Amino acid sequence: MAKIVFTTNIQRHVVCPDAEASGHTVSEVLEKVFADNPQARSYVLDDQSALRKHITIFVDGKMIGDRTRLTDPVNQASRIYVFQALSGG
Amino acid sequence: MTDTLLISTRKGLFTVARKGKQWEITNGDFLGDNVSLTLTDRRDGRRYAALDHGHFGVKLHRSTANGWEEIATPTYPQKPEGYEENDMWGRPLNWSTARIWALEAGGSDEPGVIWCGTLPGGLFRSSDHGQSWEMMRTLWDHPKRKQWMGGGADLPGIHSICVDPGNSKRVWIAVSTGGVWFSEDGGANWTLRGEGMRAEYAPPESTHDPIAQDVHRLVQCPAATHRMWVQHHNGIFVSSDEGKTFSEISDVEPSTFGFPVVVHPGEPNTAWFVPEIKDEKRIPRDGKLVVTRTRDGGKNFDILTKGLPQSHAYDVVYRHALALCEEGERLAVGSTTGGLWVSEDQGDSWDCVTHTLPPIYAVRFA
Repeated sequence: MAKIVFTTNIQRHVVCPDAEASGHTVSEVLEKVFADNPQARSYVLDDQSALRKHITIFVDGKMIGDRTRLTDPVNQASRIYVFQALSGG
Repeated sequence: MTDTLLISTRKGLFTVARKGKQWEITNGDFLGDNVSLTLTDRRDGRRYAALDHGHFGVKLHRSTANGWEEIATPTYPQKPEGYEENDMWGRPLNWSTARIWALEAGGSDEPGVIWCGTLPGGLFRSSDHGQSWEMMRTLWDHPKRKQWMGGGADLPGIHSICVDPGNSKRVWIAVSTGGVWFSEDGGANWTLRGEGMRAEYAPPESTHDPIAQDVHRLVQCPAATHRMWVQHHNGIFVSSDEGKTFSEISDVEPSTFGFPVVVHPGEPNTAWFVPEIKDEKRIPRDGKLVVTRTRDGGKNFDILTKGLPQSHAYDVVYRHALALCEEGERLAVGSTTGGLWVSEDQGDSWDCVTHTLPPIYAVRFA
């Protein structure tokens, strides 16, 4: 199963422990994680289920290309990092 | 008399309470977080706080006996497949809550009803104290809604909601930029109001078009609902027919430009404003922070200065940062430079509570 790691910055708002889930795309994996942790969903995705503007996701070290549908492929050994972009003041 | 204020700021929510004859900060919640607005529902005492976490989106919290709990945030519907809509900058308009910009309680006959206005223009209604939200689709789907534009922000937004205290089905909203809208059936149908307002920034053919009006703030006198006051991008306007038509109030010193307005709950001709020089120079004139007050429907204005900084003050007071208590005696003003002043005599004199808060977005009596 793919391993998902969330930025520490999100933890003070909603607890997002490291998780493991299976799926063929980033979207499939994340939806399984959010099924167990529904509050986390709106912190990562917007109302249209797209990645929030200031969030980034890396799959095996590469930033995903599809921020709207999250169709980037993952495999059973993938490591998925959900990070925040550096912005704001 | 209300002894508590809730101050929404860039870096937290602060409670200010009257201790003896002094007002002081007594509590801080959500420290470090961006709090855009609060609501205290006087029907049941619940408080609501809107947060904007930036990276992690807009969230809504509600008070409990033990603190705050996160509740549902108004959520936009899924955009239809293939549907395209751009904002005024030509970028795809994201149907997603970008800011909570208005929170108001429903009428006394509908406990639990809360209204919520948002950027980019969605109006929401909850009938269960914010546990769930329903978007007013007839307004969102109204053909003229696409003519709304950014004003106070890049995206259009609903910043003012007025519920008729005598008939909860009658609701007015105001949009920056998009004029004044009215529903007489609880939000099922909406009509554009606001004839008589003037948009200097629009081309001549649309100067008086009600949809082009950048209303900064709309308020209604609870005891005389025919009377509505508007602080507009172009000045001050007043209505005597529930917002159908407005008259401009001009020649007011030091200026008619500003963001907030409040109206006395029982005296429809009494209203307060906080002027800035003009739209292209948004600071107090001559570095003097003043509040203006009319008691005769806009014929004459008092310039209130006692206790307010009168030298090198560059405070801007946002549209939700001038508050009036329910009894119409106490006022509070919060500024972008972290100043907070309270008046207990309808603005004749002011006391500075602090000038070191983070930038203040909203001030409300709790």
